[in-house]
Amino acid sequence: MSERDDTETDFTAAERETLGAIAGQVVPASAGHGVPGADDALIRSDILATARRQHARVRDALAKLDALAREESEMDFTALDPVARERVAGRFREAHGPAARLLAALVVQCYYRDGRVMRSLGMADRAPFPEGFEVPQGDWSLLDPVRARPPLYRET
Amino acid sequence: MSEQPIDVLIVGAGASGAAVAWSLAETKMRIVCLEQGGFMNSSQYPSAGRDWEARGLSDYSISPNVRQLPADYPINDSASPIKVANFNAVGGGTILYAGHYPRFHPSDFKVKSLDGVADDWPIEYGDLAPFYAENDRMMGVAGLPGDPAYPPDNSERMPPLPLGRAGEVLARGFNKLGWHWWPSDTAIATEDYDGRGKCINLGACTWGCAQGAKASTDITYWPHAMRAGVELRTGCRVREITVGDDGMASGAIYYDEDGVEREVRAHVVIMACNAVGTSRILLNSTSAAFPDGLANSTGLVGRNLMFHPYALIQGVFEEELDGHHGPHKIIRSQQFYETDPERDFVRGYTMEIQRGRGPVTTALDGLHRGLIPWGAAHHDAFRTLYNRITGMVAVCEDLPEEHNRVVLDPELTDADGIPSPRIDYTLSDNSRKMLDHAVARASEVLRAAGAGEIMTESPIARGGWHLMGTARMGTDPARSVVNEWGRSHDVRNLFVVDGSVFVTSAGVNPTRTIQALALYVADQMKRRLANLFD
Ligand SMILES: Cc1cc2nc3c(=O)[nH]c(=O)nc-3n(C[C@H](O)[C@H](O)[C@H](O)COP(=O)(O)OP(=O)(O)OC[C@H]3O[C@@H](n4cnc5c(N)ncnc54)[C@H](O)[C@@H]3O)c2cc1C
Ligand code: SF4
Repeated sequence: MSERDDTETDFTAAERETLGAIAGQVVPASAGHGVPGADDALIRSDILATARRQHARVRDALAKLDALAREESEMDFTALDPVARERVAGRFREAHGPAARLLAALVVQCYYRDGRVMRSLGMADRAPFPEGFEVPQGDWSLLDPVRARPPLYRET
Repeated sequence: MSEQPIDVLIVGAGASGAAVAWSLAETKMRIVCLEQGGFMNSSQYPSAGRDWEARGLSDYSISPNVRQLPADYPINDSASPIKVANFNAVGGGTILYAGHYPRFHPSDFKVKSLDGVADDWPIEYGDLAPFYAENDRMMGVAGLPGDPAYPPDNSERMPPLPLGRAGEVLARGFNKLGWHWWPSDTAIATEDYDGRGKCINLGACTWGCAQGAKASTDITYWPHAMRAGVELRTGCRVREITVGDDGMASGAIYYDEDGVEREVRAHVVIMACNAVGTSRILLNSTSAAFPDGLANSTGLVGRNLMFHPYALIQGVFEEELDGHHGPHKIIRSQQFYETDPERDFVRGYTMEIQRGRGPVTTALDGLHRGLIPWGAAHHDAFRTLYNRITGMVAVCEDLPEEHNRVVLDPELTDADGIPSPRIDYTLSDNSRKMLDHAVARASEVLRAAGAGEIMTESPIARGGWHLMGTARMGTDPARSVVNEWGRSHDVRNLFVVDGSVFVTSAGVNPTRTIQALALYVADQMKRRLANLFD
């Protein structure tokens, strides 16, 4: 029922590194699309700030990830090479679904509000308000066949 | 310390509390409304920031259990397949509602006579018609007259919301199948209206409308009601309605914004806390005369809870659509609204077209459904979905069942120690079949419109946003909580005006009807002022 935890403490340096590393695993940089990864410094700091609201759960998820990494190669997740990271991230998703989803949700909510990412998607690099957006009226003649229908409500 | 008795106490300042307050204000009675939340500051609504979508996961979540703001009370809905969604502030649920604003049909008031299920309402569509019109003027409605799914009505409307690309694509799909569709009636201003700016397509209606185009009652009814003399006390949470020796309601005990316990005495009490909040407070108002809760001699307070089970059906298209630009609602279809003996369920549903979604929601949903992977392939997969999703929800009529109910949780309380509501609800066989039918038909229309991948959720687990039925109206005191004009059968100066009084739920969003009912009850009270308690 209660879905919020805000024990107000910060993350350790190691936890921050792990969070940054898993962020890059969820959304890596792409030269083809011209976008940074979610482990980019700016996006990372946004992720960290946002993660504070769910501090205990994020911390727990990071601990699970590190435990899997150590099980695999006696190293923390951040110390793994890219191939091993990908393998451990895969195992993490399988073994700890809710924890993996929590971290991925954190990552994408910060990633897709980064100005560079928004611009790459053709989005206006701004908040919706106050300018708003244009939406075309569309073709109202599509309604003509419906207008021609007999009433379909039920008489009482 | 308690003050001099006031004439009318209203509990709750949401959709119905605002309407009843405004209507009664012309009597010049002393009217006080107690509301546990505060006034919203629209400049701080999420759409004024880049993090607007993420705030829907935290302080603007539709679930009070996620938000946990000071105005919220926790709700134990862990055993219900559908979780409660609400908002607690001046404006109530209308702060977050999408503003989809259909009326009931005449047939919706007569399901027993027409289909042999549930009960007929003690009033008819015609009784509410003038109050629908009055409410429409106060809220401001956009739409198009002439929908063949409804009898003609007398309301003025602003022009409908733009079809946009998503509306156009789906309209073509409906036309291909020869199915009904029509521009939705919405409580969204498409022209400047009553001091409010017109919609600028922010696409964040369910995060609060920073533009003020969406008619939430904090910016529609309340300014008028307060100017007319109604006193609105915010940050005041009612614990119980008190009862005098004469068995009449005598006022309320509440906690003010500093948590100080206070009492207000009143000649008339009107409950407007929604179908969960009102039954919670009535059940918590026990006394020697009412050991099982106020107005509950039948044991029906809290029972017959109806939600509207929702199905979500969305398709992925090749062409670019509107994404999150524009209000969520565009058009609706009532092709499958009325009972058809050929089907394996009674009653029916409305298909409500949802425009699209923002990038964060696209990514989250794509990850959740396994359509967007982690790693290098993330970007291409994201781009096949972003701005390319549209679809609909099906709003299914929920029939009343006594075992679906609100009770007081034996352990859980809010910050003031008031017992929290617990929701005992199961999905009926009829609802399950109706949901399945809706998913199949909606998938058909999406395919006709050109969708590839189809994504569904049925029922929508977080979709308990329509709360109805827990203090139903009726003429028989043994089978209803309030009479045909909203007055408690047991307590003659106690009224209920929120969605609790619904006898059945229809297959449409309830708020326009909730507000029309609140105006109707107020009108009945005004006509009977001299003998209100007879
Ligand atoms: C996300 C979302 C989308 C929705 N979309 C639509 C839509 O498109 N169309 C539609 O028709 N409906 C929609 N709804 C539903 C709509 O918001 C409700 O039907 C409507 O607000 C109910 O009106 P009400 O007066 O019964 O209660 P509410 O508007 O919920 O008001 C109840 C008020 O009472 C207050 N209160 C409760 N308990 C106490 C207490 N003990 N003391 C003091 N105050 C108290 C609450 O804080 C609240 O402000 C939506 C709701 C949500 C959450
Ligand atoms: S789309 Fe229109 S109604 Fe919705 S939030 Fe934007 S301005 Fe308000």
